[in-house]
Amino acid sequence: MANPATLASTFAAKQPVHDRLDDGPHGPRPKRSFSRANIFLYGTLALVSIYYLLPLYVMLVTSVKGMPEIRMGNVFAPPMEVTFEPWVKAWAEACTGVNCDGLSRGFWNSVRILIPSVLLSITIALISGYALSKWKFKGSETFFTILIIGAFIPYQVMLYPIVIMLRDTGGFLTDIWQATCGVFTSAEGSCRGRIQLFGSLSGLVIVHSIFGMPILVLLFRNYFASIPDELFKAARVDGAGFWGILFRIMLPMSMPILVVAMILQVTGIWNDFLFGVVYTRAEQYPMTVQLNNIVNSVQGVKEYNVNMAATLLTGLVPLTIYFFSGKLFVRGIAAGAVKG
Amino acid sequence: MNEMTKVDAGHSVEIRHLDLQFGAVEVLKDLNLDIHEGEFLVLLGSSGCGKSTLLNCIAGLLEVTAGQIIIKGKNVTWAEPSERGIGMVFQSYALYPQMTVKGNLSFGLKNARVPKAEIEKRVARAAEILQIEPLLDRKPGALSGGQRQRVAIGRALVRDVDVFLFDEPLSNLDAKLRAELRVELKRLHNQLENTMIYVTHDQVEAMTLADRIAIMRGGKIMQLGSPDEIYNRPQNRYVADFIGSPSMNFIDGRLEGGVFTSGELRLPMEGYEYAAPQVSDGPATIGIRPEHVVTGELAASAPVQTEVLVELVEPMGSDTLVYTELAGERFRIRMDGQAVVHAGDRLPIGLVPAKASMFDKSSEVRL
Ligand SMILES: Nc1ncnc2c1ncn2[C@@H]1O[C@H](COP(=O)(O)OP(=O)(O)OP(=O)(O)O)[C@@H](O)[C@H]1O
Ligand SMILES: [Mg+2]
Repeated sequence: MANPATLASTFAAKQPVHDRLDDGPHGPRPKRSFSRANIFLYGTLALVSIYYLLPLYVMLVTSVKGMPEIRMGNVFAPPMEVTFEPWVKAWAEACTGVNCDGLSRGFWNSVRILIPSVLLSITIALISGYALSKWKFKGSETFFTILIIGAFIPYQVMLYPIVIMLRDTGGFLTDIWQATCGVFTSAEGSCRGRIQLFGSLSGLVIVHSIFGMPILVLLFRNYFASIPDELFKAARVDGAGFWGILFRIMLPMSMPILVVAMILQVTGIWNDFLFGVVYTRAEQYPMTVQLNNIVNSVQGVKEYNVNMAATLLTGLVPLTIYFFSGKLFVRGIAAGAVKG
Repeated sequence: MNEMTKVDAGHSVEIRHLDLQFGAVEVLKDLNLDIHEGEFLVLLGSSGCGKSTLLNCIAGLLEVTAGQIIIKGKNVTWAEPSERGIGMVFQSYALYPQMTVKGNLSFGLKNARVPKAEIEKRVARAAEILQIEPLLDRKPGALSGGQRQRVAIGRALVRDVDVFLFDEPLSNLDAKLRAELRVELKRLHNQLENTMIYVTHDQVEAMTLADRIAIMRGGKIMQLGSPDEIYNRPQNRYVADFIGSPSMNFIDGRLEGGVFTSGELRLPMEGYEYAAPQVSDGPATIGIRPEHVVTGELAASAPVQTEVLVELVEPMGSDTLVYTELAGERFRIRMDGQAVVHAGDRLPIGLVPAKASMFDKSSEVRL
């Protein structure tokens, strides 16, 4: 059996290990940082970044220039004299056609719309998604399908019907309120109040919550569906009920998807313009509408620096959210949103 | 609870005329099963035969379509899982990932509003029995598979339940650990004396653990009996084929006047215990386990002797599997690991009709 190949390998085996390794590649593969692929990749990334960052730069620079400097015309030039006057004005003094207290009014309106809408929609969607995935009932699939179809109907179709619905529901609730009011209180005049849904913040909150439903329920349902059934069964055997399982078992595992839902809702509601302008009155306009009215108001000269500052201020909330939760967002999306 | 009226006690779990359908699919059909107090019952069957479904019905995790489930004399057909006095252990462990081991063990007790001191006591006892005391403060993610399954068993243990339900608890573990935990489960059963219902499709687990085995097929119980009965006196051909590895050899032929014939093979069925006192002649199938074939010197003293041609030999260490042919059918023989046989040899063998099983050819029921 002494063929040359076996002999060779027997001798080789007797030699020190590193001698044998010298002939071929060994150890970690060397990486070339300036390979053609890398240059192309990073080049593209850099280009795209510049493309997106340039407008932001122009806005930032313009917002801290005085008007005389802006009139000189070079939008890319850094400011010669930094002033925060435009920011202050945008926040507190800029005029829309109706009022002159700047964006601050819109900001607080938006906050008052945002917080209840986000909490309400996420709460309802969380419970619905949980029920639809783990407590399936007869017709639950049909219900879910109908809900998802809702996501494909264009908003514009529903704008006016919702106006009517809000108005009539408000009227209906008012009737009930006035009819039953005497039961709860006898104070003189306490029954005169009207419940108004159309043209009020609460109406807008309801609209936002409803429109957030399809996508949020889908998100939560799929996330909960990816949690093993056996875990759910174990909790039932351990005596936990619908709410017990939701709060003690499911919720602690839902952080990633809650973050995703929160980001979707916060940015979506904050950036909303259409619903804000349709369903509220002038003094209740959210920040986006207020911004539009400031930028487009036709009084005197166009103050580009104030407009830029106002726009940046409006964008600050979603920007902050993305900045702090970007990583969680990606993880949450990967965790459940794509799974059926 | 009005519907939890007393029905006769004595049995631990009784299942009466149980039907279960998923939509149009009938998974369990008129299933009846009585499980004794303190019994270790194994539900054994091939995949998809409805073992888990039956277990989930007993646990109350599935709504039955028809029939009754009675646990400890109480009709619990409509009761919640937690009200049934059952504990369940799952194949995937199903530990609550965000809770520590201790949290996992005490979750059920907290839901049942057991006083704190009592919880501490019971958790400590379960941890001691299962030897998981050092792990109490860890999260499930930081445990090995075997440790996780112990915790899952502990979760049922602390609740002091009457009936333990296991759904393939060992099948996610590697072979060595499986054997270890199997022994531990047996010890645990001896110690606790609870009723245990155990689902598996592993024959070895079934044979070693069970007091009685229920062999299931297509949502029905084919045979219910002790491991010995199931192995030695299978009630039908399916059970005979299902139990035993390598599986039983079957030869089709005729039974006439107490003699089974198939081609040149003649087996006088002396010493065979017929299932019925009167057996009529007709087509029959005989089943002979590979390990019941006598070889070597003893072959000469067996009631029936013949000779077969060795086609293939599979040495397996402890024993040797020999593939041959008898009466035109493939015939496997299990021999000693030391046996010296080669393909092409002529092997004298002896058959013992008393140890064989005979089935009606068409109905496949034991004769
Ligand atoms: N939710 C369901 N809807 C419809 N059919 C189902 C459902 N759950 C189970 N089945 C069917 O019921 C039958 C029995 O399932 P079961 O899970 O009880 O099998 P099993 O004996 O436990 O099998 P395995 O050994 O693979 O776990 C299977 O044919 C399965 O397809
Ligand atoms: Mg199963």
